[in-house]
Amino acid sequence: MDWIPSIFRRRALYDDLNEEIRLHIEERTELLMRQGLSAAEAEREARRAFGNRTLIEERSREVWQWPMLESAWGDMRLAIRQMRRSPGFTFAAMLTLALAIGANAVVFGVLNRIILHPLDVPDSKSLYAFETAETQIGHQSYPDYLDFRARNRSFEDLAAFGISQAVLDSGKNPARAWAYETSGNYFDVLRIEPYLGRVFHANDERGPNSAPYVVLSYAYWRNHFQADHGVVGRKVLVNKHPFTVIGVAPPAFEGTLLFFTPDCFVPIVNRNQIDDGNQLSERGTRIIWEPFGHLKPGVTETQALADLSSIGSYLEATYPKEDGHKNFALIRPGFPNYLGRPLRAFVAGLMLLAGLILLAACANLGGLFAAKAADRSREVALRLALGSSRRRILRQLLTEALLISLAGGAAGLLVSAVLLRRLNAWHPFPDLALHVPASLDGSVYLAALALALISGFLFGIVPVRQVMCANPYGIVKAGPTGATGRRVTLREVLLVVQIAICGLLVTSSMVAVRGLMRSLHGNFGFELRNAMVVGVDMKMAGYAGDRVTALEEEMIGAVKTIPGVEQSALVNNPPLVAGGGWTMNVFKDETRDLGPSNVATTSFQYYISPEYFRAAGTALLSGRAFTLQDDKNAPLVAVINQEFARRIFGSEREVLGRYFKSADGTRRQVVGIVEDGRYFNFSEAQQPAVFLPMLQTTPLNSVWLVVRSNRDPQQLATDMRTKLRALDAGLPLEIETWTKGMDFALFPSRMATVCLGVMGLLGAVLSITGIFGMAAYTVSKRLKELGIRVALGAQPSEVLLTALGRALKVLALGSAGGLVLGIMASRVLAHIVFQASPRDPFVLAGVVLAMSLLGLLATWVPAQRALSADPLILLREE
Amino acid sequence: MPMMKASPRDLFPGALEMMILESLRRQPAHGYALVQHIQQRSNNLLQVEEGSLYPALQRLLKAKLVKAAWGVSSTNRRVRTYQITPSGLRYLEQQISSFARMFEGIALVLNPEQSPAS
Repeated sequence: MDWIPSIFRRRALYDDLNEEIRLHIEERTELLMRQGLSAAEAEREARRAFGNRTLIEERSREVWQWPMLESAWGDMRLAIRQMRRSPGFTFAAMLTLALAIGANAVVFGVLNRIILHPLDVPDSKSLYAFETAETQIGHQSYPDYLDFRARNRSFEDLAAFGISQAVLDSGKNPARAWAYETSGNYFDVLRIEPYLGRVFHANDERGPNSAPYVVLSYAYWRNHFQADHGVVGRKVLVNKHPFTVIGVAPPAFEGTLLFFTPDCFVPIVNRNQIDDGNQLSERGTRIIWEPFGHLKPGVTETQALADLSSIGSYLEATYPKEDGHKNFALIRPGFPNYLGRPLRAFVAGLMLLAGLILLAACANLGGLFAAKAADRSREVALRLALGSSRRRILRQLLTEALLISLAGGAAGLLVSAVLLRRLNAWHPFPDLALHVPASLDGSVYLAALALALISGFLFGIVPVRQVMCANPYGIVKAGPTGATGRRVTLREVLLVVQIAICGLLVTSSMVAVRGLMRSLHGNFGFELRNAMVVGVDMKMAGYAGDRVTALEEEMIGAVKTIPGVEQSALVNNPPLVAGGGWTMNVFKDETRDLGPSNVATTSFQYYISPEYFRAAGTALLSGRAFTLQDDKNAPLVAVINQEFARRIFGSEREVLGRYFKSADGTRRQVVGIVEDGRYFNFSEAQQPAVFLPMLQTTPLNSVWLVVRSNRDPQQLATDMRTKLRALDAGLPLEIETWTKGMDFALFPSRMATVCLGVMGLLGAVLSITGIFGMAAYTVSKRLKELGIRVALGAQPSEVLLTALGRALKVLALGSAGGLVLGIMASRVLAHIVFQASPRDPFVLAGVVLAMSLLGLLATWVPAQRALSADPLILLREE
Repeated sequence: MPMMKASPRDLFPGALEMMILESLRRQPAHGYALVQHIQQRSNNLLQVEEGSLYPALQRLLKAKLVKAAWGVSSTNRRVRTYQITPSGLRYLEQQISSFARMFEGIALVLNPEQSPAS
């Protein structure tokens, strides 16, 4: 190819050309002089006849260039020179874009991972799980799963998994680990190859406890086995049972449940060694999360659903006591609709907000660019007059815009890369395998690049009309005039739009923050202050049966001896902590057929020791609490909340002494009513709850102590640890304040609030720069006029009104628009943030205050400048 | 000052190149001489802006239809003389024949009463 030498020859070519043209004009000049013209006249005439020499040379050179590329390079160099000349503007513009594009890249990184690629396994397109359509929960019992697997004709194979926490002991430091208990075909259904060693297969399952194998997750292997390649074949203890490590899962595989990454995988046939009881054979115990598998080629979703439905009917007919539901929905594995729908809505909403931020940034920069182009109108006019083409000038302006947007985009991407990496490594709860996956891959880079280019074009084309309509003679003659103050300019419209967007962001973040504040001070049905919870896992310490009950009594007693402790009691799971507790199906007393279709309500169910209500601070409205006499030998009793009474008995009055039934047919008498509360999370609709005496059930070997004391939590925790360890040094304890324990329940609204808060902050920053840019520009343009006004005796307030009136009007208009938009958008928020109500005077006042403060902040410097306009100095300049 | 040249009509693309090649076929010449030649031969009907010759010459150079060499003219000036190449000659002939056909076609459309035989 001859373009390689041509690059080196080019200089010579251009020199030749230049020389040739010079000689041409010289020859012409000499001829004209011989015809009698003076030297000067001849030269002028020769040049005129030749035409625009620069343009012609340029066009001649273009012949040798890759035309677009190289003139773009020239434009770029010029653009960089321009940008260096106004570093402040350049920096502000880049920063604005870096923020906006960075925010977008972060949100996109999360969206990309969670929504677009939730499960990174081969052929994930045909991979489906199923859940019950009404409850949006996919849990199945192990026997039911086996039936589904054997009877369905739609899936190539069905895999299943349950989740348990187990103590994994590799010889040195036994530690809790989260285990997926999987069907033998789990990895094969997912088509996942191990990173090291092997994974288990269907033929490893030969009956209960036949496959004592562990597959470690990649992260756990790195963190707990120091990435030791010799780990395969090593013996470990899982809850004191010997297991063999047979392999390590690949790095990209984080399990089949969104947000919940396991530490290891064990075969579900060995579940009985990890959890007590014999849940594998209980048809009513739904330990399996959504079963999943690849649909057979050619099977449609409708066919698969019909197939599942017929199996559901069969199960209902065969096992009426345990199985009721028969309508199913297909979902992505690990993405149950109750979680997926709001999550998708939230992330999509966040993406929308991020997009709005970028749009606001573009409007902002578009305004600045238009102002800058107006300032440069004289230069543009000169260039036009000297024969530059308008297209060339526009290309130049656009190059500058693109350069800024690309630089800003790169900076934004850098920041977002750091954030995404940290988000990915973030484990908000040390004892839960909760994890927000986020990825930084090609598509994020691509998205950032695309956004940078689009925004560059967006704000780059704002001044186009200005340039296209520029009349060189007018501008050169008149010079830059202060002829503003006329009709509404494009810049002002952009600014109103931008401020409206920012107002929307500020409003929604305030609504969210306010909602979170309220939810922290709301009534939970228990008293958060001075309450601590202690999770005690006696199962892991090897307790069972009556020893459990004995230890429980000892623990209550031991904690009560600590000075300052007012109350201590037991509960199987405190409300709003660690998933909020268990549920039970409740039937009315008159119901005979206790099948799933006759369930009156599904209620939260708490097993408590007698003093629980006092320890938790739950108000007993009528009747009595439990006593130690409510044990196995006494009649079965229950305390219910108001909602339970309404649902089962129709009202809260005359409930005491009445009965209800549970699924196994036992009747329980209501002896007391307590206040309603929150049980699972903050945004739930009021749920029924029933409290049962712990002494009337089989001993629970994993319980929580609820401790009421006004002592400093940290000291109290130390004392409690000492006292409890004195009972048994091997007791796994988890001590925290009740408030801290609710972190998990609060997590969604906290995350939402943080996200919206950041968006609001970004919006605020953008509106400051936008207003500041406009106000500063107006003042600098009209400084002379202001000087004259001062000279003629204008008062400071009048000067300010003249200088900043428009900016303030724009601010007011935009803020009002933003407030209305924000109130509309807040309806969406109410799904995530508890008590998010936009019709809250605090929010309204807050937004107005915030926007006025922003306005004050943004116009402060320009106002000072306007006030200091000195007529004498200004007029002398002309 | 404005350069509001009253240019009644632009040349069609490739016309200038054709005229340059035709001139060079007669004899090698440098840029200035080419302009003079084209203007004289067209009886000054074609007001070619002198400079516009040069981009065209560069295009021809790049396509290797002409070649250039620095030398000294008969009037003892340092000049860059262009010469048509064999491929330039071939190209010119193709262009002339296709141009002739096109011109004939245009003429027929503009003057339909003249018989095609003329």
